[in-house]
Amino acid sequence: MAAKLRAPGLYRAFFAFLLGIAFAAGLTWLVRMATGHATYHHFFSEEPIMAVSLISAPIFFLVGLGGFDYWIYWASGRPTRPEDHSSHGAYSWKDYFRINTDHKVIGIQYTVTAFFFLFVGGLMAMLMRIQLAQPGAEFVSANTYNGLFSVHASLLIFLFVIPVFAGLANYVLPLMIGAPDMAFPRLNALSYWLLPLAGLMMLLSFAAPGGAFADGWTAYAPLSIDAPIGQDFFSVGVQLAGASSIMTALNFLVTIITMRAPGMSFFRMPLLVWANFATSLLVVIATPFIAASQFFVLLDRGLGFNFFDAGKGGDVLMYQHVFWFYSHPAVYIMMLPGFGIISEIIAVKARKPIFGYRMMAFSLLAIVGLGFTVWAHHMFTSGMAAWIRIPMAITTCIIAVPTGIKIFSWLATLWRGILHLDTPMLFSLGFLATFTLGGISGVMLAMVVFDIHVSASYFIVAHIHYVLFGGSLMTIFAGVYYWFPKMTGRMYDERLGKWHFWSTFIFFNLTFGPMHVLGLQGMPRRVPTYSAKFADLNLLISIASFGLGLTTLIFLYNMVTSWRGGPRATSNPWRGMTIEWQVSSPPPIFNFDRIPTVVGGPYEYGVPGAVHGTFAPAPVPATVGGAAGGSGIVHRHTE
Amino acid sequence: MVSRRSIVGAVVAGLIATAIGIALSYAIHWFPVQASTQAHNTDAFYHVLVIASVPIFVLVVTVILYSVWKFRMKPGQELQDGPPIHGNTRLEVLWTAIPAALLLGLVSYSFVVLHENEKKPAGAEMIVNVTGQQFAWSYEYPRSVTGGAPLKTTKLYVPDNESVHFEIKSLDVIHAFWIPAFRLQIDAVPGITTSYRATPDRLGSYPVVCNLLCGVGHGLMRSTIHVVTPTAFQLWLKAQTSAPSSGA
Repeated sequence: MAAKLRAPGLYRAFFAFLLGIAFAAGLTWLVRMATGHATYHHFFSEEPIMAVSLISAPIFFLVGLGGFDYWIYWASGRPTRPEDHSSHGAYSWKDYFRINTDHKVIGIQYTVTAFFFLFVGGLMAMLMRIQLAQPGAEFVSANTYNGLFSVHASLLIFLFVIPVFAGLANYVLPLMIGAPDMAFPRLNALSYWLLPLAGLMMLLSFAAPGGAFADGWTAYAPLSIDAPIGQDFFSVGVQLAGASSIMTALNFLVTIITMRAPGMSFFRMPLLVWANFATSLLVVIATPFIAASQFFVLLDRGLGFNFFDAGKGGDVLMYQHVFWFYSHPAVYIMMLPGFGIISEIIAVKARKPIFGYRMMAFSLLAIVGLGFTVWAHHMFTSGMAAWIRIPMAITTCIIAVPTGIKIFSWLATLWRGILHLDTPMLFSLGFLATFTLGGISGVMLAMVVFDIHVSASYFIVAHIHYVLFGGSLMTIFAGVYYWFPKMTGRMYDERLGKWHFWSTFIFFNLTFGPMHVLGLQGMPRRVPTYSAKFADLNLLISIASFGLGLTTLIFLYNMVTSWRGGPRATSNPWRGMTIEWQVSSPPPIFNFDRIPTVVGGPYEYGVPGAVHGTFAPAPVPATVGGAAGGSGIVHRHTE
Repeated sequence: MVSRRSIVGAVVAGLIATAIGIALSYAIHWFPVQASTQAHNTDAFYHVLVIASVPIFVLVVTVILYSVWKFRMKPGQELQDGPPIHGNTRLEVLWTAIPAALLLGLVSYSFVVLHENEKKPAGAEMIVNVTGQQFAWSYEYPRSVTGGAPLKTTKLYVPDNESVHFEIKSLDVIHAFWIPAFRLQIDAVPGITTSYRATPDRLGSYPVVCNLLCGVGHGLMRSTIHVVTPTAFQLWLKAQTSAPSSGA
């Protein structure tokens, strides 16, 4: 037992977790003692202990788990072991429950964790639809209902869509660029382990006194300032998820810039790599802003800084500006990696080169730039200075152009191809249709005069689900099916996959389509009850949403049974050209016995004799070629 | 393979689908009744948006369906690839320029409508002060309206065909003052006064809805606006001022 508590791992982590709570209790006790008897009747008070614990306990937990061991060794002058690969790779299922530096293990940790939160968040949506099946229902209390939609959105944004893309890219991207691992494997492990902590924190807020945070994932001040302590679970949870997101983005940027295989110039990179490059730029620049917004809230709540108290010189609208300066780019953070996935799948499944490859790459960069110029379109009715609406409406229209370029390029890639209409392709085509609708309603919302009517109504709920479910989630399903053979070494069940697609596509549209009409008709969002005239459509939506919930069980069943006992996958079941398909399924623990050389573009389908990457002996130094465990090797190539 | 006939067929199918889509967009009752001049403008603009959107959506779906129909893998093609077409600069310029022009045209038109909806009317304008608090709306008719002491009330009456300038405040958190029948809303923000103007043009009673999450009672923070004839409005005002107990 004592040995287990000394060695890094979950035992030590839980022990350290308790220490973290004790630390919080001690710290608050000290501070309250120092501040004096006049101020406090009790030196022990639950709320400050809980609030400080939210910050200290996760950090102690990560230290206990071993997330900082290497750096602690280094900082304290003890011998470090740079070539030690003891924490790299999974040999049994237990290796998924510890600090692991293998990007493939981390990719699966990310993906499975994210899907766990998808199911939890989806279940919350089911509870909300029970409440909304008829007006005036009392299935849950208004406070619980507000908590449900707040936690639903927070989990699905911060614990599902953003990290699941990071997870898929974690697995695939180093393989695609011919790298033995990510640039910073230990940082990679740490950024994964922040996530379950953030997710559990948001979930556990339901157990906090006063209930879960209940003012939406937007947490607008001043409502969030006077909310019960559950609000802190959101503010701190977002810090953890945000820190994870920033670390991963830095890791991707350095990996992409410095670790491409010889011969892989920027314009020979697969578009998934381009997409994650663009996304990582967005994350690194934007995420500090939501961190700031939540630090403001924490300081206002805990220490009375009055950032958002209008009566004491605070500025209420400032919260929204800072919040949306992150949260608008965040919608591209939640979409660009999906664009990358769709590009991979459509090229391979249509057996054609991507139409207009360079424009596809440039349009990603255009979205990165323009993404920072549109944030106040979320605030057309906020009461901000009226003139801001005009430039923001124009930029919002312009940002639709690069997105349109991508849609048209995918369509042109389909043209005259040889379409393999299996599950990943069906999800990709379904994505094109539903995302186009989401894009159109987005452009409508850019029109100030129309937005003034539907802002914050059910029209917004419809729009956001058309882009995040019909957009992001469709691409996630497509990507999971597409790389399932590579990640697990097994094939999924194609028949169940098709069932999953068609049922999802139909129930999705039945659930979210009618919400457009509800919003236009005047139904506000975030309400546990509504006027009787909206009853029929709401009942239809609730029934359809239960169908949509059930469809995910087909997916779950398919994934679990195929992973356990599906037929063995070959190394390249889709005849893809990109490098991840040139190694075994699943790939060797250190990815490549020999670093590949890239000699052509990634999508040269139909070009006779075309090769993208080759493992043939290449003119590179022998030390590089023979390094089976060369995670420390950085190979830079310029053309 | 791509035959001229099948392309013509697809184009015709697309045109028919566009026509049906636009016809449907007129058949569906998207909006509640129009009770202000602003509502007429906004709804007309919405129909323009729909008419511009339907062909784009139909184009995308038609290309997908046509490709699925014509280019799906046939037996014997399992190991074949498509033609190595890498792009077409002219086409790419076109599908950058045309949507850009369309979007800039639409957004310019939206500004025209916005200006029309927000401009100060030539004639008289009445001011109504609106206050949001958890979880109710209250109203105040200033001296300029009552001619005497300001009237505080929880009831909202406005005369037909006269521009009303709503000046909106909040006592606690942010609310949103939304009148769906007018197609207008703005947030009630602590510390500042926000406003919009509406010219009611249809007699009747319409919902007023709080459209920004303001706490546990948000879903029930509703009120009603009554649009009445100018004479009826004056009578109501007189009755309220003579019997202040019926007010807030």
